Amino acid sequence: MDAQTLTYLFVAVSFALYIGIAVWSRAGSTGDFYVAGGGVHPVANGMATAADWMSAASFISMAGIIAFLGYDGAVYLMGWTGGYVLLAMLLAPYLRKFGEFTVPDFIGTRYYSNTARVVAVVSLIVISFTYVAGQMRGVGIVFSHFLGVPIDWGVAIGMLVVFFYAVLGGMKGITYTQVAQYCVLIFAYLVPAIFISLLITGVPVPQLGLGATVADGSGLAVLEKLDRTLVDLGFAPYTQGGKSTIDVFAITMALMLGTAGLPHVIVRFFTVPKVSDARRSAGWALLFIALLYTTAPAVGAFARLNFIDTVHDRAYGEVADWFHNWEDVGLIGWRDKNGDGRIQYGPGMPFEGKPEFAGEARGVDGQRMLLNAAREGTNEVYVDRDIMVLANPEIAMLPPWVIALVAAGSLAAALSTAAGLLLVISASVSHDLLKKTFARGLSDRQELLAARIAAASAIAIAGYLGVNPPGFVAQVVAFAFGLAAASLFPAILLGIFSLRMNREGAVAGMIAGLGFTFGYIAWFKFYAPHMNGPDAWWFGISPEGIGALGAALNFAVALTVSHFTAAPPASVVALVEDIRVPAGVSTPHMH
Amino acid sequence: MTTRDDHADAADGPRRELTRAHAYWRANLRLVASLLAVWFAVSFGCGILFVEPLNRIEMFGFPLGFWFAQQGAIFVFVLLVFFYAAAMRRIDRRYGLDDDERETG
Repeated sequence: MDAQTLTYLFVAVSFALYIGIAVWSRAGSTGDFYVAGGGVHPVANGMATAADWMSAASFISMAGIIAFLGYDGAVYLMGWTGGYVLLAMLLAPYLRKFGEFTVPDFIGTRYYSNTARVVAVVSLIVISFTYVAGQMRGVGIVFSHFLGVPIDWGVAIGMLVVFFYAVLGGMKGITYTQVAQYCVLIFAYLVPAIFISLLITGVPVPQLGLGATVADGSGLAVLEKLDRTLVDLGFAPYTQGGKSTIDVFAITMALMLGTAGLPHVIVRFFTVPKVSDARRSAGWALLFIALLYTTAPAVGAFARLNFIDTVHDRAYGEVADWFHNWEDVGLIGWRDKNGDGRIQYGPGMPFEGKPEFAGEARGVDGQRMLLNAAREGTNEVYVDRDIMVLANPEIAMLPPWVIALVAAGSLAAALSTAAGLLLVISASVSHDLLKKTFARGLSDRQELLAARIAAASAIAIAGYLGVNPPGFVAQVVAFAFGLAAASLFPAILLGIFSLRMNREGAVAGMIAGLGFTFGYIAWFKFYAPHMNGPDAWWFGISPEGIGALGAALNFAVALTVSHFTAAPPASVVALVEDIRVPAGVSTPHMH
Repeated sequence: MTTRDDHADAADGPRRELTRAHAYWRANLRLVASLLAVWFAVSFGCGILFVEPLNRIEMFGFPLGFWFAQQGAIFVFVLLVFFYAAAMRRIDRRYGLDDDERETG
């Protein structure tokens, strides 16, 4: 069978599996719908959390980003795992003891204020929609690359599948499909990684392969060879970064705090039976995530090495087929600046912007003609970073079933994250906005119906954003983490660790953190993008890292304001005393 | 047999309960603070602030600082969270505040 037939088969079988699981685990009550009845085993929850967390970005883009950033890629590796340490030790066990359904629920109750609850709902919705648009787009792209289906159809199919199991199964359905999706995605990630590690170093464990000797008789270690090759081509060495230390520090911190404050991740810890389960479950989640996150830097380094080896200084007519295939898709562009018919790869952009092709026109060597204006410098190749994972099986000449596996794996990653996000959006609308704020009389059945309607509408909006991606989606990923770091994380942390923190302090802190972070990112990304550079940044911190400063501002404002305003009521102090102790945990649907 | 002490105990009950919870909380904070110190040291310390001096040390084909930043810190994170879960369980039991079934009823 060819790769495309196999891909159809793998994708169809995995989708059937997800839908089968959803039918088997339908939600019967709001407790089932929001937190799977609080009865999920910690290891299963760990897997579900890992799938929930690892999105299309982790699966498809991260290794490619690392391949091109080298050392600087560490901000994502450490930032997106280190946040789990904070989550496990500072938030998850206490929020599980609190025993409610949503993150705004905790903030609204702890700060005895519907203003606080609504501020939390607004940040949650902004964060989650930013994220979900990217997932739907990822689904569409995978469909179009691997199955030859138009992107819009891909998005529609993805919407349909998510609709089926999120609306029907709620958190319960999502949890068990996420367990299956984790298995699919990690298998799909590790298999090509192991093959490539074997190919380049002869070591089957990619984590060790990254430190091993290249099996080409040169006697050089992988990183040594990469450093030398890149320096020869005029790049900075792979193991040294280009960003300033303070910026790397700030971005890592913002990503860690943001990860710990992401509602769709936090809410997963509401689904286990006990406080001690929440702690253990965080360990399992991080272990399952680490499996992919420690493989990614190896994949990135191997891919970069492989890419340079197979592309640089080759005649266009003789370069491997994958180069031509991905050029056809538009993710690779080659402009023969010196007219020698050979591909030269080097630092800098080959031409302005993303490739725009002159229809099907071909040059003397058969390459697609580009409309973009050429730039100074020797580099002739444009390469989209996402190729590093998507084309890896082809670059390493792996069998067709591996390619099919990568397609099924990237869909699993995108769908599992999308479902988790849609669930927190619908829960915050039906539970926090309706039941707890604007329609208090709702019965459990009415609330369940409202949650399903909210989930369905959220899917429709996400699908719309996937088909018509706002031009700024790529620009605003920084928003999601920055906003979570600057608003939700400090509010929840202070709510647990300070008995004195009150409504006034928390609301002022969240608004200050949100406003500052939002303003800084908007200024550099939209209002004055030409100024977006280290010279204009405050303290040399880029918009990606500003959430760290926003969080610090939130803490400072919250502590100052609460110091000068009335202490929280005794009932709230008692609540905080209670969530600090694991004993006497209740199941959420008892509320 | 009812003695004077028993009555005193009953009256002291809630307060003793609270002191016990407070002692438990302090033990918890001590544990979390020391684990977060390790968390900070391996990531922000070894992986970012001291990455350059550490890169001069070579281990198993990796410059050490680079290894911490791209692999080592993540391994330590995983160990930290499992260690935390186990250590907290011990503290829970020591103060009789664990969430085993007999407690929750």
